[in-house]
Amino acid sequence: MGKLYNEPSPLETKIVTRNFGLPNSESIDTYLAHQGYVALKKAIGMSQEQIIDEVKASSLRGRGGAGFPTGMKWGFVPRQLDKPKYIVVNADESEPGTCKDRLLIEFDPHQLIEGILIAALAVGAEKGWIYIRGEYRYLIDIMDKALAEAYAHGFLGKSIAGSQFKFDLYTQTGAGAYECGEESALLESLEGNRGIPRIRPPFPAVSGAFQCPTVLNNVETFCAVPAIIRDGGKAFADLGIPKAGGTRMVCIAGHVNKPGVYEVPLGFPMMKFINEVAGGIPNGRKLKAVIPGGSSCPILRADECDLNMDYDSLAKAKSMLGSGGMVVMDETTDMVKVALRIMRFYQHESCGWCIPCREGTTWLRKMLQRVTDGQGLTRDIDLIGDLAKNMLGRTFCPLGDAAALPTISLVEKFRGEFEAYVAKNPLAKNELVSVG
Amino acid sequence: MADQVTLTINGKQVQAPTGELLIETCKRLASEIPAFCYYEGMSLQAACRMCLVEVEKFPKLQTACTLPVAEGMVVQTESDAVVKARKTTLEFLLSNHPLDCPVCDKGGECELQDMVFRYGVGESRYTEVKQHVPEKQWSPVVFYDSPRCILCYRCIRVCDEGMGVGALGLTNRGIYSEITPSHGDHLECDECGACIDICPVGALTSGAYRYKTRPWEMEHTGTICTHCGDGCKTTLGTRGDEIVRANNRDRSGINEEFLCVKGRYAFDFNHHAERLQSPMIRMNGELQPVSWTEALKAVAAQFTSVKATGGSIGVIGSTRNSNEENFLLQKFARQVLGTNNIDHPRSGDIVTLLDALSGKTDTLASVDDLYKAKGVLIVGSDLSQQHPLLANQIRANVRHHKAKVFTVTRGPVREDDIAAVAVRASEGQEVAAVEGLKDKLAAAGDLIILIGASVKGDAVRKLVAFGDTLGIPVKYICLMDASNSRGAVDMGVTPDLYPGYKPVEKPGKSMANMLGDPALGMLWVIGENPLAHTKLASTKAFVVVQDMFLTETAQRADVVLPSASGYEKNGTITNTTGQVQRLKKAVEMMGTKTDLAILGLLARAMGADASAKMGPSNVDAVFEEIRSTIRGYNVALPVLMTGGAAQTMPVNGRVPVFVEIDSIRTTGDTLFTSGTLGRYSKTLNAVMEAPGKLYGQPVSKG
Repeated sequence: MGKLYNEPSPLETKIVTRNFGLPNSESIDTYLAHQGYVALKKAIGMSQEQIIDEVKASSLRGRGGAGFPTGMKWGFVPRQLDKPKYIVVNADESEPGTCKDRLLIEFDPHQLIEGILIAALAVGAEKGWIYIRGEYRYLIDIMDKALAEAYAHGFLGKSIAGSQFKFDLYTQTGAGAYECGEESALLESLEGNRGIPRIRPPFPAVSGAFQCPTVLNNVETFCAVPAIIRDGGKAFADLGIPKAGGTRMVCIAGHVNKPGVYEVPLGFPMMKFINEVAGGIPNGRKLKAVIPGGSSCPILRADECDLNMDYDSLAKAKSMLGSGGMVVMDETTDMVKVALRIMRFYQHESCGWCIPCREGTTWLRKMLQRVTDGQGLTRDIDLIGDLAKNMLGRTFCPLGDAAALPTISLVEKFRGEFEAYVAKNPLAKNELVSVG
Repeated sequence: MADQVTLTINGKQVQAPTGELLIETCKRLASEIPAFCYYEGMSLQAACRMCLVEVEKFPKLQTACTLPVAEGMVVQTESDAVVKARKTTLEFLLSNHPLDCPVCDKGGECELQDMVFRYGVGESRYTEVKQHVPEKQWSPVVFYDSPRCILCYRCIRVCDEGMGVGALGLTNRGIYSEITPSHGDHLECDECGACIDICPVGALTSGAYRYKTRPWEMEHTGTICTHCGDGCKTTLGTRGDEIVRANNRDRSGINEEFLCVKGRYAFDFNHHAERLQSPMIRMNGELQPVSWTEALKAVAAQFTSVKATGGSIGVIGSTRNSNEENFLLQKFARQVLGTNNIDHPRSGDIVTLLDALSGKTDTLASVDDLYKAKGVLIVGSDLSQQHPLLANQIRANVRHHKAKVFTVTRGPVREDDIAAVAVRASEGQEVAAVEGLKDKLAAAGDLIILIGASVKGDAVRKLVAFGDTLGIPVKYICLMDASNSRGAVDMGVTPDLYPGYKPVEKPGKSMANMLGDPALGMLWVIGENPLAHTKLASTKAFVVVQDMFLTETAQRADVVLPSASGYEKNGTITNTTGQVQRLKKAVEMMGTKTDLAILGLLARAMGADASAKMGPSNVDAVFEEIRSTIRGYNVALPVLMTGGAAQTMPVNGRVPVFVEIDSIRTTGDTLFTSGTLGRYSKTLNAVMEAPGKLYGQPVSKG
C-alpha cells in the first residue's frame, strides 16, 4: 500500500490528501506521527456549539454533490431530543467519473474516523456506520483494520482518549446500487430494506437511521473536519472562496495526459486545472466538452469552460460542481454516444420507484440506441429533449434529474451531431401520420 | 390540532384542518386530484407522480399526497403546468403498458384508462419495443400480469398494512421491477384478494372472474356475505343468473372495501352442479324427484298426522337464514305445530351476555367501534381466522389510532403480533387470565371485550362483572359464527325464548334433546346439517330437510325441499355485533324456493286455519312484524334500504332462562371453511391454505 494512482501536482493544496504518499499512510502509527487525532483531543475540550460554529466558520459544504453547508446540517440535529443520534458516512461513491472517496479510505482511513468522531461529539452521537459501496469490497478490509487499530488505541469504544466520550463505529456494505448513494435510500439500505429513497421531510438530521436524528455526510466532508478543528475554521475557509471554504478533490478522467485525483482550492480555474494540473489534452487535439462534476451534471461546451471551479460559478453556467468527477472530451468524441452511455447508466440504475424516472430513462435509452444504430428519425431529436424535460423536476428523487440534465444539455449543445446521425437513416423523414 | 388553516385552491379560499394532506383537502372540496399510489389509510409513497400540483413559492411541482396544508398556501390543481405533468406521466406509463384494454378484465373500470381519458393525448409517441414478461399465476385465485402493472405498490401495502399478512414484495430494479410473492413463485397468505381489488389496473386478476365478462355487462347487487357472522357488505357482480364477482369497491357498508377469501370468492357454491333443484320424496328407500305440490302436500300431511297422534315434532332453524325466515319459522312451530321444540346450533352465549348487561346502556360494540376503541381485549377466539372483518378493524385501529390490543386465547393467534399483552389460557381459564390483566386493561382508557364461544354461562357474567370494576367504559361483542347466528337467537329460534328474549313458560326440547329423543316423531331441519356429526336417535322419525345440497342430514330425509341461497333472497340478517343489514336478491336458481316462500306454501297446504295464524309470508310484511314486536329492531327503514346497518340491543332486562352451556360451541370454521357452503365452494377448496388453521393448529377438513 501507499503507492498512489497518480503523481501529485505541485499546484495542489493538500489538506485532506496531506498524508497521501507517506509510507504506510493507512496505519494509525503514521497518522499519529502526522498530527493524527490532535483535532479530536481538541474537540473533546470544546462544547458542541463551539465545534459546530467552527465548522460553520470553515464554510465547508457537502462534498457529495449537493454542496449543502455542513455546519448548518449538523446544527439541524435536535440535540436535546431524547433519542439516540447517529453518524452515517456516505461512502457509496457511485457517480460515474468520481473516485475520490475510495482514495481517502484507502490511504488515510484514520482521518475519516477522526472526522466522524468530531461530528459525533458535535451532535452527541454514540454510534455510527460507514456505508461503503459494495464494489469497494477491498476498502471494507482496510476500514475494518483501521477501526480495530482505533479501538486498540482507545479512539473508539468507551472513554475515548481518556474522556467520557464513547463511540462505536461499524462498516456496512452496499449491494451495488447507485440509488443508495442518495442519502435516504442509503438509510433504507443500511436498515436492511430495499434501497429506495424516503419521502422528505423529515430530513435525516431529524429522522434518519432507525428514525433517529442522524448526521449523514460524504467521506470527503468528514475528512475535512479534522483540519478545520486543528487549524481553525477560518484557516480552512481562507483556502477557498467566500461561502465555499477549503479545498476539494477533483477526479479528472477522459482525454487528458495526466488523469487522476487532485486536491485544489475551491474556485480554482477549470482550464488551468485541465491544462496544468492534468497535463492538458493529448495529441494536440482540441477540447470539445467537459462534464464538470460527475455524469449527472449538464455538460459544458469548450467555450463555456473558462470559469472557476466553485458552486456558484458552475451554477451560473447552468451546470454543477457535483461530486468532483470531471470528464474531459476532445474533438474526436461522439456526443450522441456519450448521451447513450450516460442514459444506459441511469436506466440501469433507476430504482423503479417512480414512473417518470423508471419509464423515462428506459424510453430515452431505447431511443438513443436507435439513433446511434442509424435508425433515428428527425422527430426523435426533439422527442429526446422533450422527454428528458418531462422527467426533470417530477421524479421522486434526484436520479431522474441526474438522467435528464445531461441529456437536455447534450441535445441543446450538440444538436448537429444528432442530426448527422439521423441523416444516415434514409427513412428519417418518414414521420408518423397523426390521426388525432 | 383542531386548528384550521386557510388556503387558496384554484383561486378559492378554503378552510382545512391543520396537518391534513392537500390531496384529502382537495377531495373533500370536490376538486379531486388524480393519484395511483396514494390510498387513503395507507402509508404514503409519492411514487406515481400523478398528484403533482403547483404550489406558490415552491420551485417545483409538489406531490399533493405528501404535502400537508399550511396557512396561506396557494395551490393550483389544474394549471397548464400541472396538466402537462400529468399528461407526460401518463405518456410514460403507457409507453410500457400493453394497451390490451379490449381483453383486459379491468377495461371499463380501470383507473389508468380513466386518467388517460381525462388527461391523456390521443396518439402515442412511443415506437420502441415494449418490455414484456409472461403472466404468472400465484395461486388459484391470484394472477399477475407484470406488463400491465404500473407499480403503485397498493397491493404490497394492503397485504402488509391492511391484512397484516405481508405476502407481497418487490423484486428487481428499474423497468424490471415486479411485484412478487414473498414465497417466490406462489402466494402463502389469506387469499383474500384485497390486492386484486385495490389494483388500479388489470395487473392483478382474479381466478374466479378473469375473462368471464366485461364490467358493464354485469348487474351489481349490494347484499351481505353469507359466510361468517361479521356481516360484510358485498357487491355481487352477476351475469345472467351467475355470480361472477364479489367485491365492495363502493366502500358502502360496515366493512368498507374489506372482504376475506370467503366473501370474495366463495360465492361459487351458489351454482355448484350439485345444487338441489327439485323437491324429493323418499320412495322405496330412494329419494325421488317430485313436484313442489306433491312434496309440500306430503310434508303438510305428515305435520297434520304427527300432531293428530300426539307425536313430538322437532324443528331446527338455520343460522344462515334471514331474520324473516327464522321469525316465521318459530311462528310456524309455535302457532301451527304447537311446539316449542325449536332450536338451532348455538355458537355464542349472547343470552347470558344480554342478561348480564341488563339495565346498562350502550354496552354492545359495533364494527365501527372496534376501529375507534382505545383498548381491545380478545378472549377465546382466533379472530383473524373466524372473524376476519373484526380482526381487520382492530388492525386498522392499531395502525391509525395505536389501540392497545390484548389477547387471551388457548393458542397463538395473529393478533398476538399487534398485542400489547398476549396471554395463553386453556378453555375455561380465560376469565382468570383476564383478571390478571386488570391494571393494564384499566389503563387503556376504554375497552371492547370480544367474547369467544369458549367463554359462556357464568364465565360471561364474571367477565361483565370484571368489566364493571375497571372504571372505564367497556363494550362487548359476543362472537357468533354464522351469518345470522345472532338473528336466530333474536328471532326466538330457541326452545326457551320467544322473539326478543321473552322467556317461554314451558320450554321445548333443545337441539341435542330432539336429536337424542328415540321417540321423536318428526324432524324438520331448515338449512342446517346436524346429522353430519350426530346420529338421530329416533329411527322412525319422519325427516323433512330444506337445503341447497344433499347434506348428511338431507340424505337421511324423507322429504327434501330445495331452498334458495342467501344470495337468492331478500330479507334482513343480524351480524355478530348485533347490526341489522339487508339481504338483496342477486340471482335465482331454477327449481328452488326461498325458505320464506316454502314456509308460506306449507302453511297454505296445512289449511286455512294455519294460513291465517301465519299471516302473510311476504318479506316486507314479516319484517314489519319483527320491527313492531322485537325491541331494537324498529330500525329506520331508509337506513336499511340504502344498504346501511343498524345496531340493535334486542333486550334490556333480565333474561331468566337456564343456558345449556354445553350446547354452545364454535363451528370451528376457519378462513377457508364455511360449513356446507364451504364444502361446495371449489375456489375455497382449491387454495393451498385450505382448510386452514386455528390457534396455529391445522383443522381437519369437514
